[in-house]
Amino acid sequence: MLDIERWQEILDTIRKNKLRTFLTGLSVASGIFILVILLGFGQGFKNGIAQEFAQDAATSVWVWPGTTTKEYKGLNPGRNIQLRNSDYNFSSELLAEQIDLKSPRIFVRNISVNYGNEALVYGVQGVSYQFQEIENAKMSSGRFINYQDEINTAKIAVIGNKIAHDVFNEVDTPIGEFIDISGIPFKIVGTFKETEDREEERIFIPITTAQKVFNGGDKVNNLAFTLPMAENFDDAVANSIKFKSQLLSNLQQAHTVAPDDTNAIHVWSALEEAKRFYSLTDNIKLFFWFVGVCTIIAGVVGVSNIMLIVVRERTKEIGIRKALGAKPWSIVGMILHESIFITAISGFVGLILSMGLLELLGPNIEVDYVVNPSVNFNVALSTVFVLVFAGAVAGFFPAWRAANIHTIDALRDE
Amino acid sequence: MIEINNLHKSYKMGSNSLHVLKGLNFSIKEGELVAIMGSSGSGKSTLLNILGMLDEADSGEYTLDGVPIKNLNETKAAKYRNKFLGFIFQSFNLINYKSAMENVALPLYYQKVPRKQREEKAIKYLSQVGLKEWAHHLPNELSGGQKQRVAIARAMAAEPKVLLADEPTGALDSKTSYEVMDLIQNINDQGNTILVVTHEEDIAHMCKRIVHLKDGVIVEDKTVDQVRASQYV
Repeated sequence: MLDIERWQEILDTIRKNKLRTFLTGLSVASGIFILVILLGFGQGFKNGIAQEFAQDAATSVWVWPGTTTKEYKGLNPGRNIQLRNSDYNFSSELLAEQIDLKSPRIFVRNISVNYGNEALVYGVQGVSYQFQEIENAKMSSGRFINYQDEINTAKIAVIGNKIAHDVFNEVDTPIGEFIDISGIPFKIVGTFKETEDREEERIFIPITTAQKVFNGGDKVNNLAFTLPMAENFDDAVANSIKFKSQLLSNLQQAHTVAPDDTNAIHVWSALEEAKRFYSLTDNIKLFFWFVGVCTIIAGVVGVSNIMLIVVRERTKEIGIRKALGAKPWSIVGMILHESIFITAISGFVGLILSMGLLELLGPNIEVDYVVNPSVNFNVALSTVFVLVFAGAVAGFFPAWRAANIHTIDALRDE
Repeated sequence: MIEINNLHKSYKMGSNSLHVLKGLNFSIKEGELVAIMGSSGSGKSTLLNILGMLDEADSGEYTLDGVPIKNLNETKAAKYRNKFLGFIFQSFNLINYKSAMENVALPLYYQKVPRKQREEKAIKYLSQVGLKEWAHHLPNELSGGQKQRVAIARAMAAEPKVLLADEPTGALDSKTSYEVMDLIQNINDQGNTILVVTHEEDIAHMCKRIVHLKDGVIVEDKTVDQVRASQYV
């Protein structure tokens, strides 16, 4: 490879056979280009799905009550189920080792919220201090509700960025401002960011405050849990299904609900939902890979075809070179050297162009379910090597055959 | 320089075997200019291919410059060709995407001569055949006679022991043929050994010796008074 004379000979040949070089290069470059773009979109699709599910913590499990639809143990159907602190505490203790984060939630109703003279029409929710992580809310400023606030039934509030933006646009920061909830002042201690505007239109107060101050008693509306991360996705799904069924049967027993009454207590697991989408994206990714590999195969076939034609076209030249004293291996070496050089260069050109395109356009693509299409550089690089290698192997046989054609026959070739 | 002894060659044509060379014996001394004549099918091209190591005899001995030529594989044959022989073909066989100079320099590439020296030498031989100004032209920009002169320069460039010319004037008109023969005679005058295969009587008589082949045997081997081609040019 370091033979300068041969490099000069090959560069000469390439320079003087521009069309041939261009065509070989084009098939390689376009093969790589298409593959990388496809893989990029496969990844983008996966990213998009992942983002849809990033709204809440990936392993979250939610409980909300409904109405019984079946008669059970002498109780009529049509009963409304009310969750209470006891449900929360009982479930939390019973399933403690399966739970990572936990929080009840209560929707505070029949209240009025004012800031100065302005009436605010945002939902107020009483939650526990771990709720922030369950919801995947990011603090923009200040802090979330903490454990101390809960114990002290502190009159503090955490508001969404949208509220901060819409209502508190005349002050530097909403932190330290007071809002008035049904005549009681609450001090704002933090603002949070969510993935969707709708989720930023909420005011969080400590659950204890919500229950004590606004006549909530021990009622709660939701239970929210997250499970610890598992080794892999399938384990995580299995864990969450197990947790879900245990939680459900506990609650059903506590509320005397028929085990097959699906409408009385709802338990929803994000992972179980996600699994359906993930297997979809996996299939789509597989499909893109399949198309990509087919493209590469087409590229390899193209390269070998061109190599065959090149060797065919050069048979006479090979004969002349042999008559002048070229050894068979030097012929094979020359052809392979040239083809590897061309496929490698054009492969990298295709790689750079496609990666550049993804890099340039990727972050700007705003389509549902496609986010930041990008490709693993190593994967792309190895496809280039595969293509170069395959091209070399495909080129070797015709080159070897050509080098071993009888010189007289090669010279007679027109 | 060339010594052949009881050379046989036959080709398989289906079930038949075609006996092309039937025991040839002759020798060529250094500095000779020999014409090998014969009608088509007489075996003259086969003989030249064997002498040029492009083909191998079935039996018999062939010695070139004291080196016995036998048991050739492609690599060895390539080495000997490069070292001992220069070829001139009827159809010139220039590489069409290389300039005249690069064509002439090509055998030197396979002798591993550095590029700079290759080019100097190529220019030297091109000026010997009177084509120095055409050094950077491609073959298709040259006339037939010019192409053959480039081919002769290429054959000379490797400074071989023997030049083998296979119908060097076969594709040329008579005027150009004489020019080429004049060049070949000049090269011979410098002491080079040259073998010319031809079926043209006048071309053969411009050599110093004529070997006549018929049906695979030598029917005549005579020394002739050389006709100088320059008188026709």
